[in-house]
Amino acid sequence: MYTQAMDTLREEGGDKPALRTAEEAQLQQRFDNRIDAGEFIEAKDWMPENYRKTLLRQISQHAHSEIVGMLPEGNWITRAPTLKRKAILLAKVQDEGGHGLYLYAAAETLGTSRDQMLDALHSGKAKYSSIFNYPTLTWADVGAIGWLVDGAAIMNQVPICRCSFAPYARAMVRICREESFHQRQGYDSLLVMMKEGTEAQRAMVQEAVNRWWWPCLMMFGPPDDQSPNSVQGMRWGIKRVSNDTLRQKFVDAAMQQAEVLGVTFPDPDLRWNEATGHWDYGAIDWSEFWRVVGGEGPCNRERLAARVRAWEEGEWVREAALAHARKFDLKEAA
Amino acid sequence: MISSIKIPAAPELSYLLRLADTCLISGQRLGEWCGHGPILEEDIALSNMALDLIGQSRALLTLAGQRSGESFDEDQLAFLRDEIDYRNPTLAELPRGDFAFTILRNLVLSTWLKLMWERLRDSSDAELAAIAGKALKEARYHQQHAADWAVRLGDGTDESHRRCEAALAQVWLYIPELFEDDAVDAAATAAGLGPAWSQLQEPWLAEIGEVLGEAKLAVPPAPTFRSSGKRGLHSEHMGYLLAEMQYLQRAYPGGAW
Repeated sequence: MYTQAMDTLREEGGDKPALRTAEEAQLQQRFDNRIDAGEFIEAKDWMPENYRKTLLRQISQHAHSEIVGMLPEGNWITRAPTLKRKAILLAKVQDEGGHGLYLYAAAETLGTSRDQMLDALHSGKAKYSSIFNYPTLTWADVGAIGWLVDGAAIMNQVPICRCSFAPYARAMVRICREESFHQRQGYDSLLVMMKEGTEAQRAMVQEAVNRWWWPCLMMFGPPDDQSPNSVQGMRWGIKRVSNDTLRQKFVDAAMQQAEVLGVTFPDPDLRWNEATGHWDYGAIDWSEFWRVVGGEGPCNRERLAARVRAWEEGEWVREAALAHARKFDLKEAA
Repeated sequence: MISSIKIPAAPELSYLLRLADTCLISGQRLGEWCGHGPILEEDIALSNMALDLIGQSRALLTLAGQRSGESFDEDQLAFLRDEIDYRNPTLAELPRGDFAFTILRNLVLSTWLKLMWERLRDSSDAELAAIAGKALKEARYHQQHAADWAVRLGDGTDESHRRCEAALAQVWLYIPELFEDDAVDAAATAAGLGPAWSQLQEPWLAEIGEVLGEAKLAVPPAPTFRSSGKRGLHSEHMGYLLAEMQYLQRAYPGGAW
């Protein structure tokens, strides 16, 4: 995910200077200087309105992605093949919930409540990473998500630990640590099936890798020349590394890991390029990316419906908790 | 399809399996909430408790495997046993229901488990005693969590109160099974392995009564119905639960996971 937030927002521009007072101009200048000096911005510091809006969009989208991202893997908790794998998967999916919590808290420092952010998710106004609109059809998908999806997320997220907005950067430090466990458990699960498993299991792993490869490459967002908001993101220190650079880094790492695993990727154009020292890869079908972002992926409706259902079915619980808290407060006051 | 393993009919093994299966099946049901909780914090809390219960079941199943004389491992016991060899009381396997049902079931089972773990710390089986020492800390937290929510929901809104009453009425039908003794209990007590289940009834009623009182929920009348999961005769729900839980192990013979 996560750079996607900047790319899927086509309508908003950067921080175009509107009419400003002298005082605002001075604040803006001071802010720019701090960014240029590599300083971190705290929630109480002055910031341009577009910086705030861009961050709120990115952090809340990241939080929503963690929460919606619990669903595809959660789909396999009751069917995990061993108790150890069940425990690992439960711990992992629960970690994603924890990531959602830190991120909602970081976004709240920008002045929007968690309930407002959830409303935006449930009404379809806010986006989440489109990778989670793909289905988990076999157990190997759980491993493939850990290895490739979490692997891509780590590539994206490590640079965000240096994001200019300090609350986001701090949340990301912890999240990245946990994500690296997530990636390892996924890879380990696939490695066991490939090295010690049966022919049927190896076929299951290869089939899952075939389905997840291209959507994972799309997680880095459109090519740099089609990512107009990236420039502003870089200027503000929100985005540190370009989409294509991260994507290439991911491909290079994945190729080595695939060799150890004994799986292939479904791209006949993958080949080592001596001149660049990188792996070349084939053309990505961006029409699929925009289709899924636009709501026409395989599971968009199910994912959102599951979140909305959990929220609506939980309404009486939240109301009861508030009612009880009010009674308690009255008792305390009496 | 891998065929099922058969469990020797030893009462002490049954005693361990009854406890192990209670943890495993409760954990399986709680895990269904992951991603679907009423609020993010509770989603995480329920998943955490599922994780604790799965951990407890792993320790107990490993021990049961060692004590079975057949060297079964935890996964053979979890995934290759037929329904009739599963020994959890029926309450654990009932569908998760709404949040009120989950909370009230957690309340009665975590209180029961807490009391059980307290006593098992003195088991003649040193390994079981060690498992109990660790699990007790977890069960105390589970009980606290369920009790807090039972009070919030019981003494919250009209709707939450009504839902709790309905959930409690259903849960209560399955309570007698938690306190009825049979030959398994007699053998366990004689060997000093652990308490007869009936010994937990009095302290359990006292603790539950206190929480229900605070939650403004009346203790339902004693039912005449008797569930029998711990003797291997389960509800219709158990078959579906196991079909889902065991399918990969059954469908991929000889697999490595």
